[in-house]
Amino acid sequence: MPGVLFFLFFAALPMVLAFCLSFTEWNGLGDPRPAGLANWRKLFDDGQLTQSLTVTVLLTAVSWAFQTVVSLLLGVWAAGRRRNRAILSAIFFVPFLLSSTAISLLFHALLDPNFGIVRGDTLGSTDGAFLAIVFVGGWQFIPFHTLIYQGGARQIPDVLHQAAAIDGAGRYRRFFSITLPQLRNTATTSGVLMVVGSLTYFETVLILTQGGPGTDTAILPYLMYEAGFKSYDFGYASAVASFLVVAATALSLLLVRLSGFGAMRGTREGM
Amino acid sequence: MQTGAAPAARPDGRRRHWTRRPNPLAGLGSAVWLVVVLVPVYAMITASLTPRDEALGHNALKPPAHPTLANYSTVLHSGFFHYLGNTVLAAVAVVALVLVLCVPLAYVAVRTRGFWSGAAFRLFLLGVAIPAQAVVVPLYLMIAKLNLYDSLLAIVLPTAAFAMPVAILVLTGSLRDISEEVYEAMALDGASPLRMLFQLVIPMAKGGISTVGIYSALQAWNGFLFPLIFTQSEGPRVLTLGLFTYVSQFGVDIPALLASVVLSGIPVFAVYLVARRALVGGLMGVGGK
Repeated sequence: MPGVLFFLFFAALPMVLAFCLSFTEWNGLGDPRPAGLANWRKLFDDGQLTQSLTVTVLLTAVSWAFQTVVSLLLGVWAAGRRRNRAILSAIFFVPFLLSSTAISLLFHALLDPNFGIVRGDTLGSTDGAFLAIVFVGGWQFIPFHTLIYQGGARQIPDVLHQAAAIDGAGRYRRFFSITLPQLRNTATTSGVLMVVGSLTYFETVLILTQGGPGTDTAILPYLMYEAGFKSYDFGYASAVASFLVVAATALSLLLVRLSGFGAMRGTREGM
Repeated sequence: MQTGAAPAARPDGRRRHWTRRPNPLAGLGSAVWLVVVLVPVYAMITASLTPRDEALGHNALKPPAHPTLANYSTVLHSGFFHYLGNTVLAAVAVVALVLVLCVPLAYVAVRTRGFWSGAAFRLFLLGVAIPAQAVVVPLYLMIAKLNLYDSLLAIVLPTAAFAMPVAILVLTGSLRDISEEVYEAMALDGASPLRMLFQLVIPMAKGGISTVGIYSALQAWNGFLFPLIFTQSEGPRVLTLGLFTYVSQFGVDIPALLASVVLSGIPVFAVYLVARRALVGGLMGVGGK
């Protein structure tokens, strides 16, 4: 199958290569030279990895919580069929039409101490920079996840709500006992996409904070980029990258397990 | 369920509207989000109309005293259309590549139950989790060895590869919806697998196919890392990277920078206005299965 070969060549093979390269020393020119465990030792010895990993996990978790709550509520709300909701959801969708690069540039300008709408040096403080990245990521991707939840909420059969309403369940009771459990699969899909997506906050970090202040927002992908394409230490960058693959895979396996979701079968079970 | 009575039992005749009673809390929440969405957009547009000399120390929420389009013409004369053209070209190539590779693959994955098709499917399932960042270093090495460095192909090939896992998931989902009997009926009529693919699978899976098309087009449109690392010169520069280079070119000229951001949004916005239904419906499908 040409499709499988293509994927293997451009996505799976590089992963193996990254692992191999992590045992070499290579400056991007000439050929890689074997370096044994030096890169891995460096990775685990300096505090940078621990810091990056902490920031990455924290950013992923906070973004996930923020985006899930907002897009779940908006999505369920927008699933109703009122006219003004359709118009509002159309407006809500607008941020998603800009590329991450454009959005990062926009917020970089809006957070500029000399120009922007928020006074003070937001991006200069550790918490400010972190929250800015979470917010900007949410601003961009919440429209997309809202849409996913809207689709999910529309698939919940009306009978369930009607039956519960007759049994005397109020709006909030229905939300917690019917809507939420029925959206479990939707939440998993959207959650996996959010977790993988938050690793692609690379351009947001690059443009908004450059990993700063100091290295306080240097998430793993940014650390990898700096090591490789700024310091030309590709061996070390590959070690960071291999670590990233392991972390990302572990994270999604965990997520899939936790939600008891398996190989995407039986979307309708339990109905 | 205790009540066996029909919902019509309600005396006020409002049973059909039980979902439609106003919900003040939800209304308030969505109004707040509306502000969150619109304020940056508004600030961006007013700022992009502000003359350069008014910009410093200017409050972005205030409309400019002397609005101007000068910032836009600056951007349009700085290679904007060239970058846009490259992005469109790359997006078309990525979509074509993904569809040509993934539709037959999903077809095989759904129709055959061998070890290899199962293994391939699981490979792609795992592939959803691979962040592109993790493999750029070796990809950089491979692209250089293939003599593709600094060409549009260097962007297109890996972008397509990384759009494949989600494409496969969506496509297998929509192909599973085609019932077994239709295949059997066609097989009885003596249709070859290839003919089934073109006359049955592709027409029936139109929804999934358009979702995948939209999704991979967005990946290409949004792509930044691959262009940043695999291209260098003006020739193959795509729009996202063009915007990034404007940062150094315009420096502190924030109005011009924001004008470039506005301009970059216009093409997708136009597509959105024309094809809203397909776009929104398609993306809803990503989470559906």
